Amino acid sequence: MTAHNDSAHGAAERETVDLSDPKLTRLEVFKEGLRRDDIEIIHYEPRFAKPGTKAEKRMERIVGGLFLLSGLSATLFVAAYIFWPWEYEGPSTWRDPQTWYTPILGVTLGLALLLFAVGVLTWAKKLLPIEELVQDRHDGGSSAEDRRIAEATVDGLVEDMGLKRRPFLVKAALLGAAPLGLAAVAPLGALLKDPGDMLTVTGWNAEKYNGGEPIRLMHKDGALIRPDMVSVGGQITAFPAIDHGASNEFPTAPILLIHLRDDDATILHGNLYPMYQEVDALWGNFVAYSKICTHVGCPTSLYEQQSQRLLCPCHQSQFNVVDNAAPVFGPATRHLPILPLSVDDEGYFIATSDFLVPPGPAFWNRPSLPEEDEK
Amino acid sequence: MKRRKGTSDSLLTKAGGELDDRFKLAGPARVLLNKVFPDHWSFLLGEIALFSFILLLLSGTFLALFFEPSMAHVTYEGAYVPLQGVEMTKAYESALDISFEVRGGLIMRQMHHWATLLFMASILIHMLRIFFTGAFRAPRETNWMIGILLFWVGFFEGFFGYSLPDDGLSGTGLRIMEGMTQSVPFIGPWASAALFGGQFPGTSVISMIYIIHVFIFPLILLGLIVVHVGLVFAQKHTQWPGPGRTEHNVVGFRMFPNYIMKQVGFMLFIWGVIAAMAGLFQINPIWLFGPYEVAVVSSASQPDFYVMYLDGLIRLFPAWEFRVPPYFTLPAVFWPAIAGMGLSVLLPLLYPALERRFTKDRGHHNLLQRPRDNPARTGLGVMVVVFWVIGTVSGGNDVFAEKFHISLNAMTWAGRIGIVVLPIIAYYVTYRICLGLQQHDREVLAHGLETGILMRDPNGRFYEVHQPLAEPDEHGHTELEYNGWVVPKKMNRVGALEPADKGFFKSIEEPSDNGGASRDEIESGKH
Repeated sequence: MTAHNDSAHGAAERETVDLSDPKLTRLEVFKEGLRRDDIEIIHYEPRFAKPGTKAEKRMERIVGGLFLLSGLSATLFVAAYIFWPWEYEGPSTWRDPQTWYTPILGVTLGLALLLFAVGVLTWAKKLLPIEELVQDRHDGGSSAEDRRIAEATVDGLVEDMGLKRRPFLVKAALLGAAPLGLAAVAPLGALLKDPGDMLTVTGWNAEKYNGGEPIRLMHKDGALIRPDMVSVGGQITAFPAIDHGASNEFPTAPILLIHLRDDDATILHGNLYPMYQEVDALWGNFVAYSKICTHVGCPTSLYEQQSQRLLCPCHQSQFNVVDNAAPVFGPATRHLPILPLSVDDEGYFIATSDFLVPPGPAFWNRPSLPEEDEK
Repeated sequence: MKRRKGTSDSLLTKAGGELDDRFKLAGPARVLLNKVFPDHWSFLLGEIALFSFILLLLSGTFLALFFEPSMAHVTYEGAYVPLQGVEMTKAYESALDISFEVRGGLIMRQMHHWATLLFMASILIHMLRIFFTGAFRAPRETNWMIGILLFWVGFFEGFFGYSLPDDGLSGTGLRIMEGMTQSVPFIGPWASAALFGGQFPGTSVISMIYIIHVFIFPLILLGLIVVHVGLVFAQKHTQWPGPGRTEHNVVGFRMFPNYIMKQVGFMLFIWGVIAAMAGLFQINPIWLFGPYEVAVVSSASQPDFYVMYLDGLIRLFPAWEFRVPPYFTLPAVFWPAIAGMGLSVLLPLLYPALERRFTKDRGHHNLLQRPRDNPARTGLGVMVVVFWVIGTVSGGNDVFAEKFHISLNAMTWAGRIGIVVLPIIAYYVTYRICLGLQQHDREVLAHGLETGILMRDPNGRFYEVHQPLAEPDEHGHTELEYNGWVVPKKMNRVGALEPADKGFFKSIEEPSDNGGASRDEIESGKH
């Protein structure tokens, strides 16, 4: 015998109440309601044994005071929202009233809500009767009878529809519904776009973006870049000098143009991958690395001159500037591609071609050259 | 006023009668009003998420009135001087306008953000409570799974939300998402192109995640929350073991007025805290980050805290790229980002089924377990928590390295080693602690409470007096069964030493005599 059944019996055994009896008190009717929901009162007593005591009055005053203070604070909030100067007028100090607009709103609204909350909670915890009740759970599924009835009903339904007798209909319905489901989601296909060459061709592609003419390097503001504009040991971020070349339309184009010191340049020349040697990718002591991290595409913008490392601030991949920007630490697995550099007749930097391997994060069919895999 | 008083009862009765005539409410209303709820503070953790969600809907509606989800280019001419003349998207411009040029816009933005953080944090804490107490066991596995889904929908809802302003930081987050999407074998580039309408960042992603953020996901969240709370209601709440509490009853107080008043009070309390935080504590100052540009990023680019563990995993995972040149590449980021996230969804979803399978426990459980009573599960949970914490800390390892002057590489290596080793140690230590706590409970039940009173017997031996919890046998032992609930460990928990009475300035009750006669008995060392 489980406790469940015991208490159920207990409830049933209690004598039922005749609700039509006019002599019943409110409490007795209420208890009959509890009984019908299988609830028993274990403990029930008013919070204050004698109504109207000093302690009770005091508690009432506290709760009432909290509600009134809440209302006051809410009024202040509304008043501040309307009348306090709020318009932003440039940098300000603590003496300017608009500095305090948001804090005042927060404090008044917060206080209004908190005071009301504490009022309601105090009411519940200090004034409501102390009660403890126990209710049957009726856990664990329906009665055997209910299950049997449900089963019979469902069986009848299956029978009526002939799901078993008409297998052809079922199969045909499924075969018809599958394409219907497909038709429902097919419009999502509007979102599909052929990625095409978006991951492999960048803004440095002269054929695509500059009528075949080599693309110059420019600052973000459009100023073209000459070698004398980068001091030894220095670096600048450069973009292709094409329409919107420095905008987000060319997210894989940004490069870091570094002017190496003589000895560093010598080391890099010695380390250069054959594919870069073939195209003579460096110009003097200048090297241009893709700024887009080969891990997940953040800009690798921290240049540590001392250790000759480029660091990506997103996931701390580090690349060795004097070794093809090969990854030396962190989660990146590939070097930052070098943009082959030269200087044109007018003395401006140009890219002699697009990157030899796609810059930015890897993808499953990313074309790669064997040189990359050696490292 | 006095005249009306006599009729107010009958007015209520009349209104009730009119309603019942139409909707037949008397029966269902009685069941609802009298429903018994068990009481424990830990049952309220999920409520914090519920109340934050309501506030999110309200503050989000306000923001949607002023936000323009457009990536069209504009030149900023607004009130914030440092950005005047800067090219930006309309989305960023309108987010700035909400902060500077909409009355009360800033506090609404901050309220929305703080409420989100509280929403996600309380879901996590609530999940831990459910896990460690075994509340997910049959018959409540479905609700556990709904809870896990709620967390993950909330996760992306939050991520999309802070991506919307299109500022420097949020663009960085989207860029990382793009890198992760690209890494999926075969479909990666296509998925990325679908998401961004071509090449990242494109011109459509903001309006796409906007409709997801303000319509699709809130609808899913709302639906799941309704079912979640509805199931708690229908299946009845679990309860802690204790006197009179069984698997087949609920001991507590009625839904009305006790429970509902505490709920309303608690809801207003949560809202008050969020409102105060929104006014006093700055969050996500997008005007400092500038518009998103692919070539610009700063250090300390952290996502919101609930995304940080994933970012941490990405930082820690070694540079292991699988290549079959020239046909196939599996980028390293695939493992922590896609596989890692997949497992983070799948394993918690399946946990109740797995535990059922391994423990062969098919029964229904309405009584909660104390974490110590199931050391293996508690150990597993702590293991996951440690894993998550290391991932989260690693998500900010550059900040830790900078603030505490630790080498960044040392932080990464500590995380790499730590995330493998520490969870295992944590499991073992937790397991032992659980057993130790169990043992101490049994000890108290068998020998009684430690009183802190040292006695010396005639032979010179010192011993501590124990206060047995029941009438002891001749050896001083008691045969008390552990019933899964708190065993008193201090004298005042059994009423021997009553706590000092309450009152703010002066006592509001007669002072007690601190146990009186029974205290003498304890101090005399009779046991």
